[in-house]
Amino acid sequence: MTDRTPGAVVGVDVGGTFTDLVELDQKTGRVRLSKVPSTLDNQAYGVLNALEAAGVDLAALDLIVHGTTTTTNAVLERKLSRTGLITTQGFRDVLELGRRTRPQPYGMKGQFTPLIPRDLRLEVPERMDAAGLVVTALTEEAVRKASQTLIDAGCESVVVHFLHAYANPAHELRAAEILRDIWPNTHITMGHSLLSESREFERGVTAAVNASVQPLLDRYIQRLTDELGQGGYTGEVLVMNGNGGMVSARRVSQEAAKTVMSGPASGVMAAAYTGRKAGLGNLITYDMGGTSTDVALIRNAEPTVSNEIEIEYAMPIHVPMVDVRTVGAGGGSIAKVNPAGLLEVGPESAGAAPGPICYGRGGAQPTISDANMVLGRLDPSRLNAVDGGISLDHIRQIFARELGAPLGLDATGAAAAVIRIANMKMAGAIRMVSISLGADPRDFALFAFGGAGPLHASALARELGIPRVMVPPRPGITNAIGCVVADLRHDFVRTVNTPLDSLDSTLLPSVFAAQCAEGEALIAKENIEIRNIKRIYSVDMQFIGQTHLLRVPLDRPDVAPATLRQLFEEAYFNRFRVDLADIRANVVNANCSVIGTRAELDLSALIDPAERRETLDAALMTRRDVFFDDWHDTPVYWRDHLPERFRIEGPAIIQQMDTTVLIEPGDVAAADGQGNILIEIGGAA
Amino acid sequence: MTLDPITLSVIQAGLQQVCDEMDLSFSRAAFSPVIAEANDRSDGIYSAEDGSLIAQGAGGLPVFVGTMQYSTRTLVEMIRDGKVAAPKPGDIYIVNDPYLGGTHLMDVRFAMPFYRDGQIYCWLSNTGHWPDTGGAVPGGFSASATAVEQEGLRLPPVRLFKQGDLDPEIYSIITSNIRVADQRIGDVKAQAAALLVGEQRLNELMDRYGDDTVTQSIAELRRRAAVQMKAFIHEIPEGIYTAKAWIDSDGVVNEPLEIRLAVCRKGDRLTFDFSGSSAPCAGPMNSVRATTYSSVYLAMRHIFPEVPMSAGAFEPLEIIGIDDTFLDAQYPRPVSGCAAEVSQRIAEAVFAALVAPLPDRVTAAPAGTSGNFALGGNDPAKRRDFVMYQISGGGYGGNADHDGLSNGCSTIGISKAPPVEIMEQAFPVLYHRYSLHEGSGGAGLHRGGFGLDYEVELRRGAARASFVMDHGRFGPQGVLGGRDGEVNKVTVWRGDEAYVPEHLSKEQDIPLSPGDRVHVRTPGGGGYGDPFTRPPEAVLRDVQLERYTAEQAAALFGVILKGQPLVVDADATAQRRSH
Repeated sequence: MTDRTPGAVVGVDVGGTFTDLVELDQKTGRVRLSKVPSTLDNQAYGVLNALEAAGVDLAALDLIVHGTTTTTNAVLERKLSRTGLITTQGFRDVLELGRRTRPQPYGMKGQFTPLIPRDLRLEVPERMDAAGLVVTALTEEAVRKASQTLIDAGCESVVVHFLHAYANPAHELRAAEILRDIWPNTHITMGHSLLSESREFERGVTAAVNASVQPLLDRYIQRLTDELGQGGYTGEVLVMNGNGGMVSARRVSQEAAKTVMSGPASGVMAAAYTGRKAGLGNLITYDMGGTSTDVALIRNAEPTVSNEIEIEYAMPIHVPMVDVRTVGAGGGSIAKVNPAGLLEVGPESAGAAPGPICYGRGGAQPTISDANMVLGRLDPSRLNAVDGGISLDHIRQIFARELGAPLGLDATGAAAAVIRIANMKMAGAIRMVSISLGADPRDFALFAFGGAGPLHASALARELGIPRVMVPPRPGITNAIGCVVADLRHDFVRTVNTPLDSLDSTLLPSVFAAQCAEGEALIAKENIEIRNIKRIYSVDMQFIGQTHLLRVPLDRPDVAPATLRQLFEEAYFNRFRVDLADIRANVVNANCSVIGTRAELDLSALIDPAERRETLDAALMTRRDVFFDDWHDTPVYWRDHLPERFRIEGPAIIQQMDTTVLIEPGDVAAADGQGNILIEIGGAA
Repeated sequence: MTLDPITLSVIQAGLQQVCDEMDLSFSRAAFSPVIAEANDRSDGIYSAEDGSLIAQGAGGLPVFVGTMQYSTRTLVEMIRDGKVAAPKPGDIYIVNDPYLGGTHLMDVRFAMPFYRDGQIYCWLSNTGHWPDTGGAVPGGFSASATAVEQEGLRLPPVRLFKQGDLDPEIYSIITSNIRVADQRIGDVKAQAAALLVGEQRLNELMDRYGDDTVTQSIAELRRRAAVQMKAFIHEIPEGIYTAKAWIDSDGVVNEPLEIRLAVCRKGDRLTFDFSGSSAPCAGPMNSVRATTYSSVYLAMRHIFPEVPMSAGAFEPLEIIGIDDTFLDAQYPRPVSGCAAEVSQRIAEAVFAALVAPLPDRVTAAPAGTSGNFALGGNDPAKRRDFVMYQISGGGYGGNADHDGLSNGCSTIGISKAPPVEIMEQAFPVLYHRYSLHEGSGGAGLHRGGFGLDYEVELRRGAARASFVMDHGRFGPQGVLGGRDGEVNKVTVWRGDEAYVPEHLSKEQDIPLSPGDRVHVRTPGGGGYGDPFTRPPEAVLRDVQLERYTAEQAAALFGVILKGQPLVVDADATAQRRSH
């Protein structure tokens, strides 16, 4: 095997506001970083700007791994390619009718726009039954006619989605064949191809998302690779998927739906990687930005994956993705006093525009970020840099007037109350996420990232009984780091749906073997050096009569049915504290992930070692008054100047380019030798 | 000690968290799909003195928002009066009696005393919809029952768990009287485990903040919830607002049931007077007092979603005039339709009354029926009996902001309908259509959403079809000049013969043979505002999407279309609309 070990690797993540980039050169150990505004109309410009800002030499670069929001934004804003649907007669409205829901439990308003409008949803005579037997043969002439109608309507891509195609795809395959004959088009998605499971709405939406973003993603990748090529780049471009793995840019649009959520997923992958190297395999990731907060769970260095992500109301994408939950509040969440005289924080947000008052873009309502400013937790000198020249006094006046007066508090008291309520709400939401995944937060460390995560993490950890907080070297560009460390990954789900007591003991091993073979073949096609192949097996099980599934991890593919029963009962009891020994169990899905693991990367240089000072005192920037339960004279350190080993007792603040780390009184922060800060809550350790 | 408002907010969020965790725990561990998938359950904390609501899970089924406090109140009173055995720590009562603060028999309530220092501090309670509690028909929705005994097993409050252990004798009585009994132990354990989760979390909360602080906070939160509700009430100008709403029939006697409502806003109070509503009925379309109250509360919460779930929020609301009406049925009136249908019509009456004073907040009437179609029979291929339920949504009402949602879930529920593919896997049926009910949205400036149109065929064996639906005679009401949504339509095709139920939306045990088909079209939502003011381009778009025909565009919206492709004929439209 030739040496394909990349020297210089770039990870670049395009977020809603910023495009973040990190370059690691394995051979020289050099690290370059940049953060530039995203260019959402054509994200490629932002990527090129980021490369330029970091001073990356494209000709000397070996690999680019890219996380993109192209597909997510297209779906959320419904800026989609013109897409047609050919479906079973009588069922063209499935994508619009959904599952009989409303957006909120209370409130009878609400709207839903289907991905494909009704006049582009065409029906053809054909029908399979649930057993996959033909009830009505496919009328091929109708497929031809429908294709012509969609071509004439200017469609770029098309979905073929037939009832029960997961049981027998013959009609979908034949219809796609006919389509290709008369309509040479690489943008044909068959319903069963991404997701071979029953449930016509979920499968259909997944396919419709795929088809309607395919041309957009194709064009984007083409533009990007062209531009990179013109800049002298000759290496591979890989794109992050929502499952936390990456695929070649050449193939990514075939399964474009899988790139949805790729940004949040890569952040979680970075957390898993960082945690594993530091010996912390169990993490709750906490990514707080300006508009939202994302939470995910990592067990034994493996992020939790879900096949049932819903990216917004009635928009399920049922392919395996890192289970990232958005729990609301961000720095821009607005605080107000409700008619009952109680303080509320969120759910309304000042968003990015006008944003918090402290952004100086016309925001006039108090937010979480403003409260941090009033309390001295954010650097007030930064106010001078903003456009509007907002003064701290101005913010304090708003807090005193809008919140303090009705609550009987001064500006400081009001700001402290905002932080306390916001932290309580976020802690509650994190707790619900971990409980819904069957985990007790106290068994985890909190991995804080995003611009605002490290500012609130210690308080949340205390609220949740979490003993330890981990802050990585570059919390503000964690997603880009996730791109750099990502592995090649393919996930497979096969529906078995068999009662355990009639399960043929050879079935699961043969399913797993087939899944592994397919995954290994896909990985072999990539032009990427692999350290080894990792295979992760699990089954989804339930007691017969139940609808929820419980995932049971397996450490080997050939587990005897009796052992499966035992593993399932243990997992069930651990999760629900309910013992149901008398009820039969069902094996629903066999899952396998095949992961091509890449060489280890050294992340310790993410903060330039040359910047380090010998002593803690030498890293001290300033001291300022910061409010906790009272005002404390608090040291403020510059992260890049911290010595290799240090121990800081709270209260203290560590500032860096991309975030502010708050160490509360009683907590102790220390370096872990790998560039991370570990904060022991209550100082115990 | 004085309470600061921040501590109050913290305790409020903490109590809410306890309830949300109970909800989550119950759903995740439950067996019944009605609970696990459809979240037809609710958990809460209730006062020791009178059962009044302290906090309730945010994800609970809306119709339980008020019922559980009446259920708990009745239990507390019965214990006080010696009619029910007093509790010991670890006891859990089970009760499903509709007349003791309940809904229908299928909603089974558990209640557990929560102790601090050996005294009952409050009650933890939850409700879960069991798939069956016995009675004449599987599932409990008998369209023609004339007494509650035909609807299922009625349980007074008894201690199913005694000091932590399930009483096998009581449990055997229950399992001997219900269908698919072997799986119920899963639901029973899940329902009890949820209360234990609540107990643990509430103890943690009280240990952390102190019993006195929590106690004072609960009282103060109740007071403030009332203040908040009063602030919303003041958005309504003083005056009396009236409305009517109708149920097609009770399933036994083919005559409409009428809800008459006069809402009076005076000072801080809002009075809901139902005087003059129809008398208790022979069939199962009766409501019980707790469900009627709850329906008013949930309607108010749909209008003001910001209101916290607390007894205090309900204090300024007064409900009168239900004595001797079908909204306060007494034993042994049948009640299976109370939670699924009557409650939605009560909410519709509240919406219809308050849309005039609150035009920005209140929508035109939503479809307002659970669309319950049950098919029971024998599948010769699988050699077993089956019962299939198809619930379905309908259009929501147009509103000040936009058109109504299509195929929304029932007003009182949050449950999803099962996919066609799952139904066909499980039952010997084949769906021929699952589509928009074209033309069903009530015309308006903002039209109603569209209902559902499905047709399903029995493939083999023999089966009987039953329907408990509504709005077959009267469409969901349009408001402020908007037209009513299209009515619910049921047609049963037996061979070439079309059969329409005499009661239109309700009938029991219609025999089907293989090849016979059931065709259901659910209601569209009511329209909002004058349809002649709807932008012609929006009407054209609806016609292009085949939601309405060109003829309907002219007749309902006064928009004349011409040409191919269609365009708006502006002159003809202006002329038509000027009349």
